Formats: sequence, C-alpha cells, structure tokens
Amino acid sequence: MAKLTMVQAINLALTEEMARDDRVIVMGEDVGKDEGVFRVTAGLLERFGESRIIDTPLAESGILGTAIGMALAGLRPVAEMQFCGFSYLMIPQLEGHASRFRARTQGAFTVPLVVRMPYGGGVRALEHHSESREATYGHLPGVKVVIPSGPRNARALMLAAIRDPDPVVFMEPKRSYRAFREEVPDEPEVMPIGKAQVVKEGKDLTLVSYGAMMRPALEAVAEVEGQTGRSVEVVDILTISPLDAHTIAGSVRRTGRCVVVQEAPRHLGVASEVIAQINDRALEHLEAPVRRITGYDVVTPYFGREKAYIPTAARIGRGIEETLAYS
Amino acid sequence: MPRSRIAGFGIDHLQILDEQGEVDRALEPDLSEARLVELYRSMVIAREDDQRMLRMQRQGRVGTFGPNTGQEAAVCGPALALEPSDWFVGAFRELGARLMRREPLTHGYLFHNGYEEGNVFAGGERTLPISIIVGAQLLHAVGIGHAMTYRKERSAVLAVVGDGGTSQGDFHEALNFASVWKAPVVFLIQNNHWAISVPRSKQTGAGTLAQKAIAYDIPAIQVDGNDALATYSAGREALERARAGQGPSLIEAVTYRLMMHTTADDPTKYRTDDEVQAWWKRDPIPRFRTYLEGKGMWDAGREEAMRAEVKSLVDAAVKEFEATTGFKPDAPFDHVFGTRHEIIEEQRAQFLEDLAKEGQ
Repeated sequence: MAKLTMVQAINLALTEEMARDDRVIVMGEDVGKDEGVFRVTAGLLERFGESRIIDTPLAESGILGTAIGMALAGLRPVAEMQFCGFSYLMIPQLEGHASRFRARTQGAFTVPLVVRMPYGGGVRALEHHSESREATYGHLPGVKVVIPSGPRNARALMLAAIRDPDPVVFMEPKRSYRAFREEVPDEPEVMPIGKAQVVKEGKDLTLVSYGAMMRPALEAVAEVEGQTGRSVEVVDILTISPLDAHTIAGSVRRTGRCVVVQEAPRHLGVASEVIAQINDRALEHLEAPVRRITGYDVVTPYFGREKAYIPTAARIGRGIEETLAYS
Repeated sequence: MPRSRIAGFGIDHLQILDEQGEVDRALEPDLSEARLVELYRSMVIAREDDQRMLRMQRQGRVGTFGPNTGQEAAVCGPALALEPSDWFVGAFRELGARLMRREPLTHGYLFHNGYEEGNVFAGGERTLPISIIVGAQLLHAVGIGHAMTYRKERSAVLAVVGDGGTSQGDFHEALNFASVWKAPVVFLIQNNHWAISVPRSKQTGAGTLAQKAIAYDIPAIQVDGNDALATYSAGREALERARAGQGPSLIEAVTYRLMMHTTADDPTKYRTDDEVQAWWKRDPIPRFRTYLEGKGMWDAGREEAMRAEVKSLVDAAVKEFEATTGFKPDAPFDHVFGTRHEIIEEQRAQFLEDLAKEGQ
C-alpha cells in the first residue's frame, strides 16, 4: 500500500498496463517530454519510448481519429484530451465512429480505446479549462463514461477502462488531482465499469454524486449527521454511462429520500437521469421530492466568480437538511 | 540578407491510356493478361451492379444509394495493386474496389436496404465499411497505418476520399499526422467534380487537389482517373512506397460522376447535359476494352460471354438479397457494448415486448 494522489494513481495504472500489454499506446498533446500538463504521464516516455508515448500534433479530431484507427487494427490507445473544454473537436469522431463501429459491423470491428480528459472547475483556470461536460458524452450510445472520485478508484477504473472492449471517456476531476492522498493497493486492482458504489451506508437519505463533488458531498453528510443524528447513505456513481440505476434506486428504496449533486449545469444533466431512474424504480418509496444540487445553466464563469457557482459543502448540506425535513 | 527561393514545387499529371484507347507504350504497366482481364471485369461488374441497383431503387426495392458509374477506373486500378494484407478504407463511392476486396455483391444490397449485415463479410477483416461522414475515415487510415508501423508489418492502407472531402479539417489532419508519422497510407482522391451540387471550383481555390499534399511534404500526383492503367500504376507505386517504409502518398484521380450524387438528388438542377455528355465520351470502360482488343486479348465473343456471366452474377446477388429474411430485430442491443449491462438488457426486453404487442 502506498499513499498516492490521483495523478500518481492514474500514472500507476498507465504504467502497469503498458508494462503488461504492449498494445497499449499513450498519445496526446504534450504527453511525452512535458509528461502531460498535469504530469499524469510522468516517466512514461523514459520508460516506454517514443513508439508508445506519442506527442501528437495539436488536433483533437486527429488524435481521436487516429486512435480509432489504431484500435481497429488491434492496439489499445489511451488518448489524452488536454482539457474537457478542448475536447469538442473530437466529438464527430467519437459520435460518428468510435461509438458506432461495433454496431455498424455487428461486432466485426471494435474500438477499444480510452479518451482521458481532466474536467471541472475549482482550480482558478482560464476560460475553457473548467467545464463538466459528462452529460454531453454520456448521451452518446456506445460510449462508456467513467468518472473516478479518488486515487484508489481512479487507478482501478483506469485499469478497467484500458482493458474494456469499448470506447471509454475517462473524465478526471482535476480539482481532486492532488487535493488528497489515499492508500492504493500494490497489486493491480480492477473495478468493474458500469457499477456504482455505496461508499457509506445510512438509513434516512441517499446522497448520489460523483467525481469532484464527492468530497464536498461527504463533508456535508458528516456535518449534517453530526448536527441532526440522522444517517445518510452515499452512492458514488463512478460510471455515468451505462448508469447503474439499480444500485441508486435500491438505496433510495431503503432510505426514501434522495439528493443528487453534480457540478455540471442542471438542464439535461446526470442528476436529471438519476431522478428519472428513481421515478421509474422507486417512486412509491419516496417521502420527499428528490433534490438536485447542481451548477447553474450559465456559461461557465471566469474563475473570479467560480466559487459561488460550484456546489459547496454548505449548499449541499442545506439541500440534505431540507430534504430530511420535508414532510 | 538576400531573398532566395528555399522551396519549389510541382505536380505531375499522368495518363497512360487516352480516351481513344491509345496506350503510351513507355508508361504501360507490366500486367499479365489475367490481371488486365480481372481489372476490366471488375469495372464491368461494378457498372452492371450499379445500374441494377439504380433500377431497383427506382422500383422501391433498394433504399437511397450513391451510384459509382463513371468512376470505376479511379478505384479499381489502385485496388488491383492491393495485397490481401493491405487495408482498404473507403468512403461511399468505391463499389468496384469493394468487390475486388471480395465483398459479396449481395452485401451492397443489404447495406443499401438498411441492414448492418451488409458491412460484415468473411475475409473483410482489413476492409472497413462504407464511411458516410465525409473525410473522417482518413484519420482511421492513418491510425491503422501507424499500427502497422508499430507492429513492423509491411502492409499499406489505401484510403479514399472525394473532392468535397478535401475541404474537411479531418483531411488536413490526416495528411498532417501521416506526414509526421511517415504512415504507410495512400490517399486517393476521387475528384469527380461535384460534391452533390457544389462544383470543384467552389470547393477550393487550389489549381489541383493533389497540391494540397505539398504542404505536408507528401509525394502527390494527379492522374486521369478514367484511365485504369494510370490509376493502377500510380496506386502500385504509392503502395510499394508505403510498404517499404517510405511514408504516405496522395493520388488525385480526375474522374466524373456520371449519375446523381445519390438517388435523392436531381443533377439536372445543377449541371448541364453538355458537360455530362462530354464525360460519357471519356467513359473508362470502352476505353479499356479498346486497349484489350488492341493487345489481342479481347473480342466480341469474349465480351458477350463476360457480359452474360456478369449479368448472372448480379441476378444471383439480387435473388439472394431478396430471399434474405429473419433479420434479428433486437440485434442493435447486441452491439451497443462488448459487455452486458442491465440497463441495456431492460430496454431490450421492453423493446421486444412492445414489438410483440404491435404484432410484429
């Protein structure tokens, strides 16, 4: 066991998988010599060389399009988009081809690749560096979207993503990159994609969240529990698509109350889908309306104002208290 | 500081077999009778199948499709130079090349009647399906090429795009990545002069499409795309260069779409009959027949026998296509992911239940 940051944990997963499988190629802007703008690919060029750690030209569609070709030819590319906010130029390749080759050819051609991208705000970055666009990617059939929340699950899910037979968009909460450390097992640990995790049991309310919001959410839960003596179950979604609706609804059936937290804008967000799934599967168990704590439907503000726009532990705490008090 | 020329460029044009079927002996490729006849027959099958599909589309027996008539030489020539271990990455107007890659004739009918089954065939492991999004496939070709390099395989990729496709960002990104990576890719542009209704002159201000490769230091040539000997020779040279580790090449095949873009548009709305008639005079197929006859390899008897044989091939394909039934209704659920997920399986069950209720 070593105590690692999320950056180190993802780096560990990439290193392990590249050592295990020579089909794995890491590619993107500045992933080589510069070791990635967040140093996620530190040491990889030195260890695996230029044939496997590719500093690509600056073109996101080109990066994903060529990664698709490599995957079609049997490699396992891990392509980095430098920021979520720069990733949209690859959407035509993701929607048009990565997500479709399996269906288009009934499984004869498949595209096992990972698209990594740092997402989310809270790091006082320039415009286009703070977006949370998981709903955009989660809406595409044939694409898996994974968002880890801590070093341990980041490592375990990255291993799963690289081994997965499908295109996986792996969104890394950049705010959590170095915010805290966790024990990460020495032996490679793989978590299943498509499964949410009950990270804390409770009986009075279910808090559902993912990614960077897990930290303020858990903080809010501890605060409310301390003050009210009620207990809150916490579900970490981990895979945005395909969504593990059963784990979420199962928890809500037990607790009868639910709060969903996301950093992204509210409209058509992950929280909307979570609530729709609860509606389908647990409506008769609800004792209160499901509450959403989310970003607002505004263009991501410059960082001078961002603090007020990203859900905080205090805002989440108020949502939990109000939902617990509803009768 | 003196001002001096630091780079100079040019583009060659190649024609080996002219409109009258006269061959330039100095440039004539060394191909056996069997190979020459294979090339001719491939073009004839493509034409016959194309025209059959067009008639069937008009009868409502096939969905929308983009005819290939007139462009057979542009793709069949380079396809003749492909090895089975090479890859073929097409757009959507390369029927002749697809058939030469051993795609069964029936599959075109399945595809154009709305079934993914048309994209899958035994031996098609290195032939990508039709790519409808314009230009995107070129990047796949470069990635495949790079994978060949990485695995030290001496295989090349033939990637096809149209004149309109050269305006896409993906075209330029593909050339750029291929140039940086020295990827073993041959980019074949079918310049058929029309991107639906937009003429080549409105597509780019460049004098040739081939010269777009110059900016990426990729060797390029413009060929008479209705001259199967020229397209074969240019294709073979470029493929050999790719297999030898000498990187990408680009071929602009100047040809003409004698039919509509797809069966959904009316070309009389945007181009003149004079223009079309002028291009019928440059039809690649009669020209090649004249060439074969001149070499003593062909005569009216062989022509008649082959036409009958090709017609029966197409007849058989249509028959097989029309007899194909039992398409699994929930197949799309089988191929969303390579892993099983409850949420997808629940929707499959709902879908099948709804279907049953609708009596289908």
